[in-house]
Amino acid sequence: MTLHGALTVGVVALVTALIRFAPFLLFPPGRTLPPYIAYLGRALPYAAIGMLVVYCLRAVDFQPFTAALPDVLAVALTVFSYRKRRSALLSITLGTACYMLLIRIMA
Amino acid sequence: MRAETRAAFIKTLPVSASYLVLGFGFGVLLVSRGYPFYWALIISLTVYAGSMQFVLVDLLSGGAGLVTAALMTLLINARHLFYGISMLEKYRSAGRKKPYLIFALTDETYSLLCAQDPPAGLDRYRYYFEVSALGHFYWALGSLLGALAGAALPWDFQGVEFSMTALFVVVFTEQWMSAQGRLPALIGLGSSLACLAAFGPGRFILPSMGLILLLLTALRSRMSIGETQA
Repeated sequence: MTLHGALTVGVVALVTALIRFAPFLLFPPGRTLPPYIAYLGRALPYAAIGMLVVYCLRAVDFQPFTAALPDVLAVALTVFSYRKRRSALLSITLGTACYMLLIRIMA
Repeated sequence: MRAETRAAFIKTLPVSASYLVLGFGFGVLLVSRGYPFYWALIISLTVYAGSMQFVLVDLLSGGAGLVTAALMTLLINARHLFYGISMLEKYRSAGRKKPYLIFALTDETYSLLCAQDPPAGLDRYRYYFEVSALGHFYWALGSLLGALAGAALPWDFQGVEFSMTALFVVVFTEQWMSAQGRLPALIGLGSSLACLAAFGPGRFILPSMGLILLLLTALRSRMSIGETQA
């Protein structure tokens, strides 16, 4: 395995841990959070998920449109099933199965 | 079995299913990109952050730079800052268990421990510790099983990477249904689409992050995701 791969895992693990430890280091008893930081903390997760959806679908090819059909239909099924049953596991499994099936049928 | 262990086991049952299944998906995905199975175990034990690990698979196989990896982690896991803040009091006197409790503060751990106190009569820090460790165990076990299955089974797992898309689509839908953060969600979606069109799929992430931060700052007074939360 490459050194770069190991370093990438290391960086992600380190930054994740730093984020989790930061509040305990930065805010000892009695210190309050700056309002702007508190605001970003509430708003960023929503924006980040929107960005991640685009990130996941960044390589989808819409020329011709039929090439994008497996992604479009699988996303639609994921959203629809989630709105119906509100079960994350069910929708992730259904959407992924639908996608895996469609790329084989349409290949 | 100790009373704390039994209480923690029962408490983590609902989470065990999602950790085992999502961890399994992560393991399958990682080995499908040519990584050895034990990498799944190492990553799940050291990183221990569900959605970030799916992105990590992409960063690894795409050969992304370390700065991009760090910024991506910062953005995706920024919410954990706020889990920590709301657990400051709860974990204050946890003693030797405190570092591990903080390390293992994932979305799931937080959701299990933030609201309720442990059942009466239990050593609370032992209980917190066992809930955290059991979640960690289920996640690592699911990852290992998925990686072993992906490496050993002669099936064609092509397309399993959609599980990451589905995961984020589900989280997006859930946030949308709860209606609180639609404007920031649209800012995230719109900024990224605009930057994708402008910079292309290989290099749109950093400009997107910049634009998101800019718009969130500029529109702060219009945000309704308000002043409720601590």
